[in-house]
Amino acid sequence: MNGCGRAFVAVLRRDLVIGFRHRSELGNPVVFNIIVALLFIFALGNDPVILGRLAAAIIWVCAVLASTLSLERLFTPDYEDGTLEQLLLSAQPLPLLVAAKILAHWLLCGLPLVVAALLLGVLLYLPQPGYPPLLLTLLLGTPVFSLLGALLAALTVGLRGSGVLLALLILPLYIPVLIFAVAAVSDAVHGLSIAGQIYFLASLFVLALTLLPFATAATLRLRLG
Amino acid sequence: MNDPSGNALEIRALQCVRGDAVLFSGLDAAVNAGEILQIDGANGSGKTSLLRILSGLARPESGDVLWHGRSVFALGPEYHMHLHYVGHGNAIKLDLTVWENLQFMRDLGVVPGPDLEEVLARLRLRAHRHVPARRLSAGQRRRLALARLLVSPSMLWILDEPFTSLDADGRALVAELVGRHCRDGGMTAVATHQPLAPASAIPTHGINLS
Amino acid sequence: MRMLEPFYKFSSPQHFYRLSTVLAPWLGWLAVALFTTGLTGGLLLAPPDYQQGESVRIIYVHVPSAWMSLFVYVLMAAAGVAGLVWNVKVADAVARASAPLGAMFTFLALATGSLWGKPMWGTWWVWDARLTSELVLLFLYLGYMALQNAIEDRRMAARAGAVLALVGVVNIPIIHYSVEWWSTLHQPASISRIGAPAIHISMLVPLLVMALAFTFYYVAAVLVRARCELLEAEAGSQWAQAAAATAAERP
Repeated sequence: MNGCGRAFVAVLRRDLVIGFRHRSELGNPVVFNIIVALLFIFALGNDPVILGRLAAAIIWVCAVLASTLSLERLFTPDYEDGTLEQLLLSAQPLPLLVAAKILAHWLLCGLPLVVAALLLGVLLYLPQPGYPPLLLTLLLGTPVFSLLGALLAALTVGLRGSGVLLALLILPLYIPVLIFAVAAVSDAVHGLSIAGQIYFLASLFVLALTLLPFATAATLRLRLG
Repeated sequence: MNDPSGNALEIRALQCVRGDAVLFSGLDAAVNAGEILQIDGANGSGKTSLLRILSGLARPESGDVLWHGRSVFALGPEYHMHLHYVGHGNAIKLDLTVWENLQFMRDLGVVPGPDLEEVLARLRLRAHRHVPARRLSAGQRRRLALARLLVSPSMLWILDEPFTSLDADGRALVAELVGRHCRDGGMTAVATHQPLAPASAIPTHGINLS
Repeated sequence: MRMLEPFYKFSSPQHFYRLSTVLAPWLGWLAVALFTTGLTGGLLLAPPDYQQGESVRIIYVHVPSAWMSLFVYVLMAAAGVAGLVWNVKVADAVARASAPLGAMFTFLALATGSLWGKPMWGTWWVWDARLTSELVLLFLYLGYMALQNAIEDRRMAARAGAVLALVGVVNIPIIHYSVEWWSTLHQPASISRIGAPAIHISMLVPLLVMALAFTFYYVAAVLVRARCELLEAEAGSQWAQAAAATAAERP
């Protein structure tokens, strides 16, 4: 494996190993989602018809909130112990290393959201036809959340009050994914075609994947300089 | 355009501003193979800022840093592959063991280096190979931080207060490492209050920022 | 490259400061004149809409502020990029100064949009596509200002703000398209958009006059705000201290 590939795998593996060393924290996104869903259930009542109609929306809002909360852990620990600087000083291409970190972050924080969503679907009486589009939209949407979130996490790394600031900055940018994802699930439940929505989400995903690691790397150099 | 004066590392008219304060201005220096650049100054006088500029992490207000005649800010990775920076923070992951930290340093490096066992031996951390860094003492963590200098060899070492948290043995170790590095043709820029290698005859340039 | 010389001169903080002290008052009075003309034309002279009656007159404030809110954001992003790429301090100051103005225009558009909706739909707010997009734009402005305030070093704040504004500018079309699409899903057919009615020339003229008035107001205001930002940014330099002293002496 050449140097770049080895470095990519090294960063990915390191972040995953550290994530697993804090095994108890891995379940947090799932638990958080269930608690928030519980809040909705208490607020809306337990009528299966109402909940079923709102299930996709509630699940996706939970995903948005959980994503936002997890973003601070992407760069802040590395910034604080100096390892982020070392990534900038390695002669390896920074966008590649950043992509490795984002992938690790998605595996640790985004993928559990997909699992949580299936569980929430049951709790919120999501109609059967809704599950496949829910899975698909989450698989397309949560990486976009991680990629966009990484850029803004890089922008706000080390700032006082960065958690709330990050949320304020990122939430408007998550709106398009939210709109199209929930619409896709609703339309699928009603038997309509969801090709348009899926294409939109897929193109956002591709755009984010190709552009954002570079933008995030540049932003890190800017903030740490 | 290669600089005719032929210095390996050169600082020209460097000025650093932090907020409203000018930390230092009009700084000139040159370091070549086998030499040490020792930076002294009171706390807050800009030693760390200077070292971060030297490593290419931060930009100066004005002036330039040249590596073999070319601006390090233009060179980017081409410059970084020739240096190692050990800052105030140890830049190690406390959740990983000593061995895992070393492996990561090796995998991130560009230049292949000695066997990791050898590095462990030189840093006297052999017995702690599989200990999570969190359980090391401050001095042991500092030695682990310095491991990156050995894992992947480089010409230029930039060290910010390397003696912090080290006992007398640790300090002697650092002095020995730097001494060997310079005698082998490397160069070191170090910010420190303590004299680095009083006994050896390594040519040393001094900068005092106070 | 000779063409760019005036820009080089303009981009020096000192020259900008002097230019601003000279230009801003004139532009300000021009804006006042245009506001008077536009408001007279819109509120008094132009005919009421046959559907919406007198309440349509609010478009003479609502529409230009909505235009300005978007225009200022794009300008803020452009100035930010200029500061980021070419290290122009004046551009940084203009970007930072523009944000509160843009936010104000956005808020004005939202407030007038709400006032407009009340007589028509009976509620103080309706989630129509344009108003919703404006609200998101307001959050983009607030986020930009929050980010700049959170970073202490001015230059770093300007550069970070430029990145954020650039991200915003790329996302605004995406968000706008998504919100449009979303509003068609959820609005029942009976509620149509809060749109301007078919524009007749007698309405178009006051509208354009108001748009110009807002623009001149913005330019005057940003000149004043930006020169204050420059004074703060260059507080240590001689010219800034001299200028501040002169400004203090002026009545």
